[in-house]
Amino acid sequence: MSAAAITAHAPSHPHGEATGIWSWITTVDHKRIGIMYFLTSFFFFFVGGLEALLIRIQLMRPENAFISAETYSQMFTMHGTTMVFLVAMPMAVAFFNYLVPLQIGARDVAFPRLNALSFWVFLFGGLYLNSSFLFGAAPNTSWVGYANLTSLQFTPGRNVEFWIIGLSILGASSILGGVNFITTIINLRAPGMKLMRMPLFTWMTLVTSFLLITALPVIAVALILLGFDRFFGANFFEVTAGGDPILWQHLFWLFGHPEVYILILPAFGIISDVIPTFSKKPLFGYPVVVYAGILIGFIGWGVWSHHMFTVGLGPIADSFFVASTMIIAIPTGIKIFNWLATMWGGSLRFPTPMLFAVGLVAVFTVGGLSGVMHASAPVDLQQHDSYFVVAHFHYVLVGGAMMGLFSGIYFWFPKVTGRMMNETIGKWHFWTTLVGFNLTFFPMHFAGLFGMPRRTWTYLEALNLETWNQLSTVGAFIFGASSLLLMWNLFHSVRKGEKASPNPWGAGTLEWALPSPPRHYNFAALPRVRSREPLWDEEERKEVEAVTMAEPDREPLMPSPSFWPVVLAFGLALTWILLMTHIWWMPLLGLAVTAVAVFGWAFQPAFR
Amino acid sequence: MLKRAGAMRHAKLMPWAKGLGTLFLMAFLSSCGQDYLQSTINPVTDYGEAIHKLYVQIFWWTMLILAVVWALMAYILIRFREKPGQERPKPVHGHVGLEIAWTLVPALIVVAIVIPTIRTIFEIQRPPEGDVLVVEVTGKRYWWSFHFPELGVTTANELHLPVGRPVSLRLESGDVIHSFWVPQLGGKRDVNPVVSVPEGREPKRNWMHITIREKGVFWGQCAEFCGEAHSLMGIRVVAQDEEEFQDWVETWRTPAPTANAPADAEPASPGTPAASADPARPDTGEVGEVREGGIAHAAIDAYEEDPLVARGREVFFRESYCVLCHAIEGTQAAGIIGPNLTRFGSRLTLGAGMLPNTDENLIAWIADPRGVKPGAQMPGAQYTVTYEGQTFPPLNLNDEQIRALAAYLSSMR
Repeated sequence: MSAAAITAHAPSHPHGEATGIWSWITTVDHKRIGIMYFLTSFFFFFVGGLEALLIRIQLMRPENAFISAETYSQMFTMHGTTMVFLVAMPMAVAFFNYLVPLQIGARDVAFPRLNALSFWVFLFGGLYLNSSFLFGAAPNTSWVGYANLTSLQFTPGRNVEFWIIGLSILGASSILGGVNFITTIINLRAPGMKLMRMPLFTWMTLVTSFLLITALPVIAVALILLGFDRFFGANFFEVTAGGDPILWQHLFWLFGHPEVYILILPAFGIISDVIPTFSKKPLFGYPVVVYAGILIGFIGWGVWSHHMFTVGLGPIADSFFVASTMIIAIPTGIKIFNWLATMWGGSLRFPTPMLFAVGLVAVFTVGGLSGVMHASAPVDLQQHDSYFVVAHFHYVLVGGAMMGLFSGIYFWFPKVTGRMMNETIGKWHFWTTLVGFNLTFFPMHFAGLFGMPRRTWTYLEALNLETWNQLSTVGAFIFGASSLLLMWNLFHSVRKGEKASPNPWGAGTLEWALPSPPRHYNFAALPRVRSREPLWDEEERKEVEAVTMAEPDREPLMPSPSFWPVVLAFGLALTWILLMTHIWWMPLLGLAVTAVAVFGWAFQPAFR
Repeated sequence: MLKRAGAMRHAKLMPWAKGLGTLFLMAFLSSCGQDYLQSTINPVTDYGEAIHKLYVQIFWWTMLILAVVWALMAYILIRFREKPGQERPKPVHGHVGLEIAWTLVPALIVVAIVIPTIRTIFEIQRPPEGDVLVVEVTGKRYWWSFHFPELGVTTANELHLPVGRPVSLRLESGDVIHSFWVPQLGGKRDVNPVVSVPEGREPKRNWMHITIREKGVFWGQCAEFCGEAHSLMGIRVVAQDEEEFQDWVETWRTPAPTANAPADAEPASPGTPAASADPARPDTGEVGEVREGGIAHAAIDAYEEDPLVARGREVFFRESYCVLCHAIEGTQAAGIIGPNLTRFGSRLTLGAGMLPNTDENLIAWIADPRGVKPGAQMPGAQYTVTYEGQTFPPLNLNDEQIRALAAYLSSMR
């Protein structure tokens, strides 16, 4: 194995790095890891989408039995779990990976091998979670997995165990990623790249990373408690023994609400870079937008019980969480007004990235405002766990997070591949997404107001909910087709797209000073940064590009590839997975692999 | 640099937007005439009204904000599009006054929403005073038990309540978390399992306080995912005026004429008044009536009793183990695991609001509950069910027995 690794690492020609499958498996280059994160999450995007379509077919008619009730439970559980943990989060992480070092002027992230480990742990976790389908035992207790439904008594079978272990593995990956990006952003900025000169995307990555390392441990604790209940007969959530299922809800949402901001803040970061570029104006109120993001991150920790207004926490707790939740609308509003003010007086162009950014502002506002409705506890008593809420969070997460990520894909694709994405297909993609998305989710407001609870396999004909559901189903297929357009566009453009210049959009931030695609060491020498948009000041641009575009006499020394991250990730995943055997010594086998990998990792020098 | 950039034509937007708008408008209008049995915006209680009033108020605030944001955005997108040969716009970095304005104005709106919200929170959770009717609601996978402690009445899935009298529902789960949601009565409340507490402390349970204002049958269902048959865990609330409600209670307390075998054939259970001796029986007039489907019911004495009903009673009490789980008031059946079947024949639905209560549906249900309602916890005629750790063997009933059983159950109206 090490022989192969050495061969792969064998000094490459001056302006390239090693190629071939092995070079990708052992890579520690943040750009390659970013691409792998993207491809994996993009694949899961279609898996989750397929699950959504099955749900929509089932709900097209009242009293339908296209899929069984049990299959339906698995579908909505896996749709939610997949879209949150295997699509929206890792796709944002793909952007963190690829862009943060380029935006701050670093050659790589602070811990390149740890970065590779994050990816492989994520990949194994995702595959493992989905392997449950092969056993007909996909998780089936919804993505929030409320206790005590998840107890052995009420959900026997392996479904819940796949979920506990799958999420534990994925959570570990996210925590590692968070640590890495915080360290990178705080320590590895180029000279002159002060915190208040960082591009907004990097800023939001920093806030999100703090949320990752603080929120994910909370769900890890919850999952461990639940795991102890199921594997070792503990009683954390067992009512007859004095355990309290409501504890699960507090722990889950204490993680779950910051998680919402983990999903949305990267998208806010992306469009805060996109909108100024296509307005030819700097971001309006930069410090205010930054502080608003930080504030959202902080207040996001104090609102979790607004997911629990129906639980019966009492009027005082309800009132507190109403107030804190309403307050969070203020910084969110500030962001929206600053984006609008950035465009005001600008010179607006509308290529696809800008369409998606503007689309986000328009559509997210709807989701934000329906959020204000059920932030009011009494109103939430009607809307909670109904399709009204389903409409709300899809407006926020698809209309917000996904639209932002789509915008980012079109915006940075030329930087990553050196080619432009096709604008015609891009525009088709945008408009079909907008129509499909609204047609799918807007009618859900009505279905909810007229009494359709969520997570229901079917509904009685007498409830008259058929029309709204049919509209949603038609919309879902349009939305599905629009995603195929994106896939086609990516596939087509990566090979045949028009060649891209280093800065095709005329953007102002540092990553656009590099060749497209950047060389594997990013920066041969580090530029000195003097403003937020170094490329928009003619003098500074020349100065920076003289450094970033120069051909170095000797390539900088970069960390060597290593296969230990894959082995370690495998060992960690294996340890967890072997718990499923319910044989106490089995996980030790996984721990053995982990131990070997840790030693191998420690004794392999970073530079060879 | 990018020639096609800025090529978005607003003309393109119009047909899409118009088409979509028209579609929604049509769908909304065509649906307005329909009855939404679980509408959240058509409340019939003080509790529901309080919520709805607040909703309407917040709805208009949000519409106002949306209109401002969208109008501003539309103006910006049209007005500031790049013009050929346009110079680079002046870099504006911000404006303190504007930032303060769009922080303060939303903050004031938030205050305007929070104040009535908090007032409503306290208002709807305040226990009512006066002659309050208490109902103990128990959610179980996948049905509801309703017990009136002061009246000694227990029923399942169909809750009869008087109009105009304050009612307090005490919510408790027998297994996992459910949520009691009858939208026209008001917002949902979670039905949590009761956590064991140390001796001397009151275990925590949720309450819902309502005073119903209109007569009618109101639909609802479980709103917290509780397992396979969650979507079919329905509720019917039958709101009656006080007199009708008292009649219903009285009927419930009086054993149905066919509940027990006639007195000379078998001694009645102790404390059971003889059915024929009760002059208040509302359905005495139905004696010997033959319904469509040919099943006779409600025979009063031995000579007139429908043999099929008598046969069904035999199946219920002796040939199967129905009584292990089900109770029928005034008989020896006193099971508490499953729904109370007293006066089952008068219920509107079976399978927790899933099907109209007809003989045909009842026969299908007894023969194969899971075939009718996937996930149902009742053992079928031919299969085993494990419920709360106990295994229930198949009922082992043939078609003849099932038909008789159905006739017996629906005879108790």
